[in-house]
Amino acid sequence: MQSTSHTFKDNVKTALADEHLRKALGNMKAGFQDKRAATIAKLPEFEALRDQGKAIKDDVLANLDYYLERFEDNVTRDGGHVHWARTPQEACEAILGICRDTGARVATKGKSMIAEEIGLNEYLEKHGMTPVETDLGEYIIQLRHEAPSHIIAPAIHLSKEQVSDTFRRSHKHLSADRPLDEPRDLTDEARTVLRQQFVNADVGITGANFLIAETGSTVIVTNEGNGDLTQNLPRVHIVVASIEKIVPTLEDSAAILRLLARSATGQEYSVYTTYSTGPRRPDDLDGPDEFHVVIVDNGRSDLLGTEAAEALRCIRCGACMNHCPVYGAIGGHAYGWVVPGPIGAALTPGILGVEEARDLPNASTFCGKCEEVCPMKIPLPKIMHSWRIEEYDRGLTPPRQRFGLGVWSWVATRPRLYNWLTGLAVRGGHMIGRRRGSWRWMPLAGGWTAYRDLPVPAGDGTFQQLYARRRNRGTAGDGK
Amino acid sequence: MTDNANASSSSHVSPSSAGQDAAEQDATAEKVRPSVALFVTCLVDLFRPSVGFAAIDLLQQAGCRVAVPGAQTCCGQPAWNSGDVATTAAMAKSVIAAFEPYDYVVVPSGSCAGMIRRHYPQALRKDSRWEARAHALGERTYELTAFLVDVMDMKSVDPVDYQGRIAYHDSCSGLRELGVKAQPRQLLESVAGAELVDLPGAETCCGFGGTFCVKYPGISGDMVTEKANAITGTGADTVLAGDLGCLMNIAGKLNRDGSMVQVRHVAEVLAGAVGEAPPIGRAVGDRAGTRAGGR
Ligand code: SF4
Repeated sequence: MQSTSHTFKDNVKTALADEHLRKALGNMKAGFQDKRAATIAKLPEFEALRDQGKAIKDDVLANLDYYLERFEDNVTRDGGHVHWARTPQEACEAILGICRDTGARVATKGKSMIAEEIGLNEYLEKHGMTPVETDLGEYIIQLRHEAPSHIIAPAIHLSKEQVSDTFRRSHKHLSADRPLDEPRDLTDEARTVLRQQFVNADVGITGANFLIAETGSTVIVTNEGNGDLTQNLPRVHIVVASIEKIVPTLEDSAAILRLLARSATGQEYSVYTTYSTGPRRPDDLDGPDEFHVVIVDNGRSDLLGTEAAEALRCIRCGACMNHCPVYGAIGGHAYGWVVPGPIGAALTPGILGVEEARDLPNASTFCGKCEEVCPMKIPLPKIMHSWRIEEYDRGLTPPRQRFGLGVWSWVATRPRLYNWLTGLAVRGGHMIGRRRGSWRWMPLAGGWTAYRDLPVPAGDGTFQQLYARRRNRGTAGDGK
Repeated sequence: MTDNANASSSSHVSPSSAGQDAAEQDATAEKVRPSVALFVTCLVDLFRPSVGFAAIDLLQQAGCRVAVPGAQTCCGQPAWNSGDVATTAAMAKSVIAAFEPYDYVVVPSGSCAGMIRRHYPQALRKDSRWEARAHALGERTYELTAFLVDVMDMKSVDPVDYQGRIAYHDSCSGLRELGVKAQPRQLLESVAGAELVDLPGAETCCGFGGTFCVKYPGISGDMVTEKANAITGTGADTVLAGDLGCLMNIAGKLNRDGSMVQVRHVAEVLAGAVGEAPPIGRAVGDRAGTRAGGR
């Protein structure tokens, strides 16, 4: 996917001015947060499960090559094929290659963030294929030629009126005066339109929530059942997944699944959890004739051994963005890349580079809510902070900020000078502003005063000065 | 250090320890009264001295000897949050050197206490000797209300009243880095007339975030709008928190909106010091800003 992370500040302006988005985000927050809290309250071992999930993925990341090779062996043993892709280009080529070998023209798709990351739809379209998204949210944004704005709810930024407009514009073959006001109407219409596509498709492409090393299975979790139709009806099933999706055993996937839906949508389990292992065997009733797994690196292996490696434990539940006040203010598109929110801010600089994604790790108050809710205990603020260090060390921090910081630090490491200067400033500020208590505008503080008043220093000196005064008068207790 | 704390908490002067010879008791207490260095924080130093004095008062109520090392400036968060490790390390070293001689470091701010406790060791990790000193100091560094309750075992403050409906905002660093949540509320329960109301989203960030609020003013403005609306929605007449950064942000927004809600640092109410300064961002004599209170 083409990134717009470098225009983050402009993206933010657009987002803050978008009324539809603001309404949608308001609804989203309450829904996701309350539901998660309610289901977690019913699971006393949730904390212990988090530790277990973290331990599973830490082991995977420490032995990634081993588990990936075992996975490949087991897929091959069952008659499937594994394709390794270092870059988005290689991944897209591999997938197109499989489609061409089957003579496919239409490919149905389950929701997959890695497919978005590698820009698969665009690539397939450019090469004469018709990819059809079958997850409702993905289908809507495909019709609108938009990127997902959330990893589990790709169309969360849209209101139902916008979706209804989109359907009227795209489904011209349906009667113009049909009712399309209720969510139910919209789902039914998408279901009818997509039903035919499931039958037409020669290839089904899905992502994977897990790749299981010991069995060579891939796992998807959905609520709509579209993933199952995508992978079972066509002759060929292609799974595209990034390297860190691997877990050692079936039990491990079961443990992490207990965290996933609760953290994501507040469900105990998603409606469908589907394990696929290899192509259809002679006496199987259904299943694809061919089973391919395309495993994508795209910069992830370079993160191993760095501060950002822990971000690879991510199971893409979306809890961090559902609880992030920054995401809640600007939505997903402002981040400019396929993974938004705190995990996007931690991961994107590692994949696209800190030049491209410079703002993302800075646009955080480090409030820590994301880490608190992350089922995999990923220290997201710490990872964002490590990118800030890299930006500073490489001179990418904006010059004005660098200069201001330099002056402040120079003074602050000289306490006597500091006390003298701050004493002057505070007395001056207090004299000028005390009658009002706050300033509505202040030179060089426009970022502050555009949105709120700036309190005037309340004392006619700094605390240090007043304290010294009181001590001289014997009214401040030191050691009394 | 904990020995010291336990001993001092048990020596906390209270009527129930009557029966012991007063002079003897004083002598024992003197021996175990811990020495506390107040790290006043740059924002309190510049904008709100009353918080520093209130902190001293509360620490003395709890039976501590309080010192204010003169060589303090800023904890270094602006540098640290900008990724400037070298400057942070330099500032951390001077804080460590100035505060090491005391039993405890107490800070009327969760984020500055968290900076010393959690991030100094990280900033100094390339130098094992300094890293060890940072750890040692970090373990003795506390946010004010957490120190009073958890270390000094303070159950209530000296008799004081504050007639008001109070919304309490949990500042992020204090809450998540240091576990400050129950302590300020517990102490507020001993303030006559103070009624705590439930603030929806009390744990949600107010959008201050140090330099964040000026680097991304639009996002910050949106976050503080939400916070201010939540506060106004409770019908509270006062909002308290333990961090001046958040408080200035929230007060700045409420004042901009023309709200009558008064904003104060929790220490001012606990120490009965509301007479010493008008609410944050208000002028002396501002009618809306002067509320009867204090001892
Ligand atoms: S970082 Fe954690 S909370 Fe965010 S999507 Fe990944 S697993 Fe979920």
